Amino acid sequence: MNNFAAILGRLNTSAIPKDKMTLGAGVSIVLVTLAVMVFLTVTKRWKWLWTEWLTSVDPKKIGVMYIVIALLMLIRGGSDALMIRAQQATSVGASHGILTANTFQQVFSAHGTIMIFFAAMGLMFGLINLVIPLQIGARDVAFPFLNLVSFWLFAAGMVLINLSLGIGEFSAAGWLAYPPLSELAYSPGVGVDYWIWSLQIAGIGSLLSGINFFVTIIKMRCPGMTLMKMPMFAWSVLASMLLVMFAFPILTVSLALLALDRTLGMHFFTASGGGNPMMYVNLIWAWGHPEVYILILPAFGIFSEVVATFSRKRLFGYTSMVWAIGVITVLSFTVWLHHFFTMGAGADVNGFFGIMTMIIAIPTGVKIFNWLFTMHRGKIHFGVPMYWFMGFIGLFTVGGVAGVVMSVPPADFQLHNSLFLVAHFHNMIIGGVVFGYLAGINYWFPKIFGFKLNEKLGKLSFWCWFIGFLVAFVPLYILGLMGATRRIDHYSPSLGWQPLFIVAAIGAGIIALGVGLFVLQILVSIFQRKNNMDYTGDPWNGRTLEWSIPSPAPFYNYAVTPVVDDIDPFWKSKQEVGHKRSTKIKYEPITMPKNSGLPIIIGGLSVAFGFGMIWHIWWLSIVGVLAAIVCVIVRTSGDEHEYTLSAKKIEETEKYYADRKLTAAKKGLA
Amino acid sequence: MSQNLSTENSLQLSSQDLEKDSKIQFGFWVYIMTDCVLFASLFATYAVLHTSTFGGTSGQQLFNMHNVLAETLLLLTSSFTCGLGILAARAKDKQKVILWLLATFLLGLAFLALELTEFRHLYVDGNGWTRSAFLSAFYTLVGTHGLHITIGLIWICTMAARVYNAGLTKTNARQLTLLSIFWHFLDIVWIFIFTIVYLMGALGK
Repeated sequence: MNNFAAILGRLNTSAIPKDKMTLGAGVSIVLVTLAVMVFLTVTKRWKWLWTEWLTSVDPKKIGVMYIVIALLMLIRGGSDALMIRAQQATSVGASHGILTANTFQQVFSAHGTIMIFFAAMGLMFGLINLVIPLQIGARDVAFPFLNLVSFWLFAAGMVLINLSLGIGEFSAAGWLAYPPLSELAYSPGVGVDYWIWSLQIAGIGSLLSGINFFVTIIKMRCPGMTLMKMPMFAWSVLASMLLVMFAFPILTVSLALLALDRTLGMHFFTASGGGNPMMYVNLIWAWGHPEVYILILPAFGIFSEVVATFSRKRLFGYTSMVWAIGVITVLSFTVWLHHFFTMGAGADVNGFFGIMTMIIAIPTGVKIFNWLFTMHRGKIHFGVPMYWFMGFIGLFTVGGVAGVVMSVPPADFQLHNSLFLVAHFHNMIIGGVVFGYLAGINYWFPKIFGFKLNEKLGKLSFWCWFIGFLVAFVPLYILGLMGATRRIDHYSPSLGWQPLFIVAAIGAGIIALGVGLFVLQILVSIFQRKNNMDYTGDPWNGRTLEWSIPSPAPFYNYAVTPVVDDIDPFWKSKQEVGHKRSTKIKYEPITMPKNSGLPIIIGGLSVAFGFGMIWHIWWLSIVGVLAAIVCVIVRTSGDEHEYTLSAKKIEETEKYYADRKLTAAKKGLA
Repeated sequence: MSQNLSTENSLQLSSQDLEKDSKIQFGFWVYIMTDCVLFASLFATYAVLHTSTFGGTSGQQLFNMHNVLAETLLLLTSSFTCGLGILAARAKDKQKVILWLLATFLLGLAFLALELTEFRHLYVDGNGWTRSAFLSAFYTLVGTHGLHITIGLIWICTMAARVYNAGLTKTNARQLTLLSIFWHFLDIVWIFIFTIVYLMGALGK
């Protein structure tokens, strides 16, 4: 056994995974990381990476870093999905598929966890960072340093969850790790601990981001932008961040209590000692259901921007849109029990939550109609973001109706834990959340990088996602109705399920092609960027403030703080005939936050802390926490966190953009 | 008094500083609200589990109300001294600020010592956190408050050191306000613990 228990805790050579597939994945991650490091060293880019990116407090750069990690995690979680589909398509009768039962359980647990916490949340916070300050006419977020800390806590969680591939194992208890299965008695390994600590650390990052963007939107809107003149994306983010503030502390508590059970032998959710596993299920879904809306509301916001811009029309029913978001925000805390109608809360309680679930579909329906009416009599331009929007409208409505079906408790007793449910929530999360964020990336990409994404590949990618989705998930609806439960790793051929599982696997392959084409779209666009430059700063004939400044947006965002008096201020200014900006603008110096290396150090210390907690290496956790406290004290003791950007520098930068625009216009004429 | 007034007038807060102050204070209140949700979840957990003694001792038999009364008085007094510290900061009296911060620190430390003594007694008598779900919930709820107090004590120390070194600068004055919000918040949470855990526990509710 381990002779170094005091130093290494539970960690010993048996932590190297025995499963070839897991080991292979772990080794390939290490190799890719090494290759990237060699590339950085050979091209002498370390210093550039450190000063321009890793320590940058510019929300636009933080946003790009979030999205890079989220796309990597989308590929990682997507690989897990392909393995699940391959297993279920082949593991029938005498064949037991490509994975052992235990590996299969780890794979589906990792798939759900990574997709929600690291792919979807990453894309969401990435887009929020990119767009929110620009859209509300601000130069930065309320707390730039804290924003970078949030990002590095997110990254630390990501590192921990991926460490489980190479060191030890991952949780085999599903993406929400229900006790008593996730308790020490039934999951004695480190898997559930990896799950707990990677989510705990990333979750605290999300909570801090939630506070940060809530304060940013409340306090930092430009003059004239009253709440009811805010762009719809800003509204949806405000609501989503409010939900983060109320829901994430509950996640923190749920995870902490499970960790106390497992680490200190407490009895919150154990089967013995008076513990109550049902309380965990209540707590986790009191976070989990609002989380669904945390993810989807910003996607709604993106679609509201896209549909108005690409229909060349003001968003239909702005006020009702705002109220719909408000109602969804409040109601999202009153439906959590529909995730476990079968747990035995009784007919009255089930009835209440069933009805609340039906009611929450109404404001969502209002939004669907508003979007359709926005298109009605609009001059619709079918750019790539609009493709994603059209796909969303169809898929999301169908998925929503499937959800209303399950909100009826007697129906849910039949459909609970079946593949029908799996098909339903993928319908919402792929058709709603993922399509929304991909639309957002296509829409705002030029504002951040200064060139548009390739249209052709974007549309191809969309069709792969859309068709792939239908091929992958329609069979799951049918299988669910036939009685196939989720997470099965083996079934009898007599059930006749295999053909449908094979079709679903093909669908997953088509979606994977869509992911590949999306990555290709970005790469091709980078190589051909000369052909797609956006010199005007307004590639889509936009409506909101962010399109009024050059692309890529200067690091200080706005040289002069804008003043607005309309929901679509930029559109309005374009309509005013003879409107010309006064040529001589007086620039003033701007106070900007300084970059800081402390957040990445805090992130690293969090990894050390989490790793220590997982493997019971107590000294490492203690050192990690104490050092992080020292970091906070160092930071708060200093005073010089800002510098002043001179008016001359701003004038030079602005002139560069103006000249560039002028040359491009002349070339266009010639 | 007149001297105080004149220093207050001479202190020039630009509009940028005021904006920053309001942003940071609002952000801190929002953080306090999220901490409220955290404690609310722990209170709910305790409410669900407080009768799950698993054949062990209940709160009624365990709680030493003299100890709890002493803890309460210590913490309430520390909130008072913390408030006096803020008044001293308004009056730009650096020495008094440090003095009151030290008083707050000592009272907080005494509170923490009493709490840990209570925990030790319970543990030694075989009523550790592994005994029952009720005790798990008890240690976790009261302990989380204690953990916050510990963080507060570290903050008070560093705050006092900063005021000693740099005086009542804009940054220090701002952080003092946040510290006092934090400390008063912990006092309020304690009142709830006092009522729900101890008083209602002693009554056997």
